[in-house]
Amino acid sequence: MKALRKFLDNIKPHVQPGGKFEKFHSTFDAFETFLFVPDTVTHKGSHIRDAIDLKRTMSVVVIALIPALLFGMYNVGYWHFASLGKEVTFMQTFIFGFFKVLPLVIVSYVSGLGVEFIFAQIRGHEVNEGFLVSGMLIPLVMPVDVPLWMVAVATIFAVTIGKEAFGGTGMNIFNPALLARAFIFFAYPAKITGDYIWTAGLSGGTGIVDGFSGATPLGLASAGQMDKIPAINELLLGFIPGSIGETSKIAILIGAVILLVTGIGSWRIMLSGLLGGLIMTLIFNAAGANAYMELSPMTQILMGSFLFGIVFMATDPVTAAQTKRGKWIYGFLVGMFAIMIRVFNPAYPEGTMLAILLMNAFAPLIDHYVIEANISKRLKRATKASNL
Amino acid sequence: MSKVYKIKQGLDIKLAGEAERTLTEFTATNVALKPTDFIGVFPKLLVQEGDIVKAGDPVFCDKAHPEVIFTSPVHGKVVEIVRGPKRILLEIKIELLNSKAFTEFGKANPSELRREEVISKMLQSGVWPMIRQRPYSVIANPEDNPGAIFISGFDTAPLAPDYDFIVHGQGDVFQTGIEALRKLTSGKVYLNLPDGTVNSKVLTNTKGVEINHFSGPHPAGNVGTQIARLRPINKGDIIWYLRPQEVIIIGRLFAEGKYNAERIIALTGSEVRMPRYFKVPGGVGIKRLLAGNVNESNVRYISGNVLTGTRLDPNGFLGFYDSQITVIPEGNYHEFLGWSMPRFHKHSFSKSYFSWLTPRKRFVADTNLNGGVRALVMTGQFEQVFPFDIYPSQLLKSIIYNDIDEMEKLGIYEVDEEDFALCEYIDTSKTEIQSIVRQGLNSLRAEMS
Repeated sequence: MKALRKFLDNIKPHVQPGGKFEKFHSTFDAFETFLFVPDTVTHKGSHIRDAIDLKRTMSVVVIALIPALLFGMYNVGYWHFASLGKEVTFMQTFIFGFFKVLPLVIVSYVSGLGVEFIFAQIRGHEVNEGFLVSGMLIPLVMPVDVPLWMVAVATIFAVTIGKEAFGGTGMNIFNPALLARAFIFFAYPAKITGDYIWTAGLSGGTGIVDGFSGATPLGLASAGQMDKIPAINELLLGFIPGSIGETSKIAILIGAVILLVTGIGSWRIMLSGLLGGLIMTLIFNAAGANAYMELSPMTQILMGSFLFGIVFMATDPVTAAQTKRGKWIYGFLVGMFAIMIRVFNPAYPEGTMLAILLMNAFAPLIDHYVIEANISKRLKRATKASNL
Repeated sequence: MSKVYKIKQGLDIKLAGEAERTLTEFTATNVALKPTDFIGVFPKLLVQEGDIVKAGDPVFCDKAHPEVIFTSPVHGKVVEIVRGPKRILLEIKIELLNSKAFTEFGKANPSELRREEVISKMLQSGVWPMIRQRPYSVIANPEDNPGAIFISGFDTAPLAPDYDFIVHGQGDVFQTGIEALRKLTSGKVYLNLPDGTVNSKVLTNTKGVEINHFSGPHPAGNVGTQIARLRPINKGDIIWYLRPQEVIIIGRLFAEGKYNAERIIALTGSEVRMPRYFKVPGGVGIKRLLAGNVNESNVRYISGNVLTGTRLDPNGFLGFYDSQITVIPEGNYHEFLGWSMPRFHKHSFSKSYFSWLTPRKRFVADTNLNGGVRALVMTGQFEQVFPFDIYPSQLLKSIIYNDIDEMEKLGIYEVDEEDFALCEYIDTSKTEIQSIVRQGLNSLRAEMS
């Protein structure tokens, strides 16, 4: 460790402004602060500071995503071999999935962080840690057979147009990971919808066992094949086709617990999102106009990426509503719209992504009205006091 | 009409080095007046190096309000006038003489005086600057008639001094001080006390005030929190406030006829060997006070508490309003992969480090920033330590983009930097929030005058 510190101290003068490699100032900084918490001390204001920083916050979210990632890897292998009708060991299944998913993770991080580093250097900022989470979310919301170059293009688009164009971390309006998914969704719809892309190798189509469909529960639901939707326990455990991270609700709930215990994810958004989804389903149940509307609340909540979206995407502090009351409203509407879009719109089997992006756009408006209420309360108090 | 107000939002930071309740008399040799202690004051010097001043003799005054004078807390000789960049006046150092001579202001019973007489006595003797006003947290303007006067009778900040212990045996002068304050407002004088703990009778037996009790974590003891519950400030309102020790000094002026700026301070912090209470003159030099009692290498000296105090150099002096000196280790070290460690030894408001498993532990906090400055990302955190009906992040942002209207609407009159200290402490993005709030208050004040 001391040798490492010495090594860094030797390089440091060269990358400082005025040094030979000053272009790499931000990059060096990012690596240095990754290895060592800086020796900066407080100057103004509070003399002591909380141990938390953005690196810790973001790494907690990444840790919360790990169960979903690991299960996703296993599930990729599971469906691949199921489609081929082969019996393999647990490790073989996992290793197949691991090598299928890892490239997606790497491509997402390399392309996204590349853009982040470039912008940090141009702006003279330190590199913000926000992308550590986005970079993990992007592969988890993709189908396994999505081409790698598409992930790279989508990530670069999401980070450049969705985030840096608005001023960088903390200023973006839309969740970057969802923007990346939406980009592929609208630019290359064939690569992210349908029945074939959720199982590795299925679109290639050789050696597939007869009768294997590969359709996701949502695909089945929108096709009206309600009888084929897997049972509740299968939806819960996650041995179903789907985007890599979304299938196991158990893994997602472990992540949710981590976010809630550490206080990093907003429980208000998670709870109100769940309530919104449940209430929408109950309303549909009462109306009962078609078979999709009659699906039980439990099935609706456990299908697709509803829980994944509510736990990991809707809670993004930057793009969600920021006030307490605003978070309740925002989460509730995300939940309602996710179910509504899914049921009403046959062109979009998955409503969660669109619901969250839509509410991202409305979050500032929700906050505006919540804050206006606070302001008018203050004005009323002042008028009352002056009339005394 | 005593009531208990429960403060829910807040945070008690438990640090090592609480002062033991024993009082030591300290014979000071030097003190200083620091014009920088007073926000918005442009000092005009009234002494020269070499002058002999008695306790209560003018040292400097405020150019904008020449009637507000600042007087020497001791009988001594002006030995040095320290100026900083742009000739800004930093310190007027006074070395004590062996004799204790006071300028005589005459004893008087404040209840028998008229308001103007009380004010002029307080102005002449230099106790007036002890009274500050909200909004802006500047010295009160003697021409104003405040809506109320607030005294917070306890302090909930980390390692804060125990006023219960400090005021012990000073009940009579405290009551005299209260009588003087009652003359200054047509409204009420509020004395706010903690809930539950046994008080020495001094504070609970105070007459002529409205006593209210506050329970809950820091900042329950901050006057800003208390004002917000009892008499929230609207645009145009003025409220004056002070601490019990200042009331006692004002009381002594009327009871003894002299400016006796002696106060009891708590010497605290993990780097103090024997943290305890000392009786010292106002503005005392800390070097001799701390000699032999601190681990001297690589520490930070703070006048006040760790959240809002002023940094001192080892030869520095106690701040005018402070009743506490804190010494903590500096944090100028690199921590290998620190952000990824469990960190049982570092306090955090979030539960992302495992130190939350030991809530009773007293932490040794150092001055490391614990991370780099980042954009504001997290939301909903400030609200958990900010017991006001105000949206803190939105108010801060309105200050950053300097929109005076927006600041007013969002409630800036109700707060000062002290109220935001905990937000600054827990902030993930390491923003200098207290400076931002002060900047907002300053631009608002400039706009209003």
